[in-house]
Amino acid sequence: MIKFTNVFKAFPKGGLALKDVSFHIAKGEFVFLTGHSGAGKSTVLKLVFAEEPVTSGEVRVSGFNVAELRRKDVPMLRRRLGIVFQDFRLLEDRTAEENVAFALEVTGARRSTIAARVMRVLTQVGLAAKAQAYPRELSGGEQQRVAIARALVNEPTVLLADEPTGNLDERATRGVFQLLRDINASGTAVLMATHDLDLVRQAPYRVIELQEGALVYDSVADEPRDQAASP
Amino acid sequence: MNLTIREALLTFRRAPLLSALSVTTIAFSLFVVGLFGLVAVNLQDALRGVAERVEIVAYLLPGTPIETITLAEKDIEAFPEVQSATYVSEDSALARARGELVEFRDVLQELERNPLPASIELKLKPRFRDAQHVNDVADRLRGFGFVDDVRFGRDWVEKLDRLRQVAAAVGLVVGAAFAVVAIIIIGTTIRMAVLQRSREIAIMRLVGATDGFIRRPFLLQGAIKGMLGGLVAMALSYGAYVLINRWLIQAAFFSREQGIAIVGFGTLIGLFGSAASVGRHLRRV
Repeated sequence: MIKFTNVFKAFPKGGLALKDVSFHIAKGEFVFLTGHSGAGKSTVLKLVFAEEPVTSGEVRVSGFNVAELRRKDVPMLRRRLGIVFQDFRLLEDRTAEENVAFALEVTGARRSTIAARVMRVLTQVGLAAKAQAYPRELSGGEQQRVAIARALVNEPTVLLADEPTGNLDERATRGVFQLLRDINASGTAVLMATHDLDLVRQAPYRVIELQEGALVYDSVADEPRDQAASP
Repeated sequence: MNLTIREALLTFRRAPLLSALSVTTIAFSLFVVGLFGLVAVNLQDALRGVAERVEIVAYLLPGTPIETITLAEKDIEAFPEVQSATYVSEDSALARARGELVEFRDVLQELERNPLPASIELKLKPRFRDAQHVNDVADRLRGFGFVDDVRFGRDWVEKLDRLRQVAAAVGLVVGAAFAVVAIIIIGTTIRMAVLQRSREIAIMRLVGATDGFIRRPFLLQGAIKGMLGGLVAMALSYGAYVLINRWLIQAAFFSREQGIAIVGFGTLIGLFGSAASVGRHLRRV
């Protein structure tokens, strides 16, 4: 599904952001990517969705060889992924429904199917009643749910989440996290970058930890931890 | 395609102020080009009026048989440069002189013998009314045995040539400068529209929009803005033309083709300006 093999990433002015990172995420897995700010979490995600070029090594994402991906094929890769950010990245001048529909229109989906699919994912994230609301009329947690709905509407095999709860209060954080777990339970792999260790401890999922660009810990080698939280 | 049109039109609704500003900027840039165009068009008209008077007169030797002249007239009319060749007999030359030179009427009245020679008067086709061609034709006329002398305002034709060259050079340089300024201003305006939506473009890319998909609404929108700007510029130019006509001088307006050319120029700048701006933006992100 996602496979990093000896990946290095250097920024022109920022030095080495990733040093010899290798890991493999299987289909349907839920993986936390942890580490301090600047440890390279976001960089890993950016390499996955081809926002940044790989300096050396191999990155494979659901059948795509990302390091050798041509520019015109990048959109095809992204349509297989769902991406969620800390700052939601919604279009302020469109309603929740339009924001979600946008991700489908971009792919050239048939118009007749768009409305139904949009309503289905909005229902899934619990926002069917607020389909006509604009982002500024929604709380942070609700905005993130719209963003998640947008990420889901193309039925991705992997959901990438970069600090999805970073801007949310505790209650909204719990709700969004639970939503991500539900999504994972229905078969979608989730790669979630976070430095919220409370969340990490709550769930029995695999943890990959980065420190200054190097992978220093991968719990897949260890015993699964015991703090399994019930859904 | 429907989506392209919808997105392009939505921009006008979502950012009405910036859109109006773009159209206004484009309109005024093209208005300057249009005003200059009006000057050029009228100058050209004036020059054409002057060139209308370029005329070559071949004076004929006295006693040339009329049959010879008639044949020669045919020959001369067949010259590619010649628009018309008119035979003026001695008598009609005198009659004309009596009519035109009123102050010499008495002198002309008392003549015992007509001193005026017969002639063939030539007008050249508009595009041949320059020194080079006038000289050519004059030389060929001198080749006819019965032609005594060939006259044309040599100095005058040469000055006209010079004037035309200056007008063309100034027109080209100033016109190009105005056009370049218009392109730069319009390009900047369009770039603002692109930057204003850079966040949206980033999000579109994130959800898997192809470059073409992102680009198309901008191109359409740029073309529409350019066209609207061009139309407004034509309206402003027409207003200026009406005012000039009423208060200053009798002037000419653009022909339909020239008007379409200016609006088309605006449309193309809008289109290519957008293509360049979006292209540059997409390459950088």
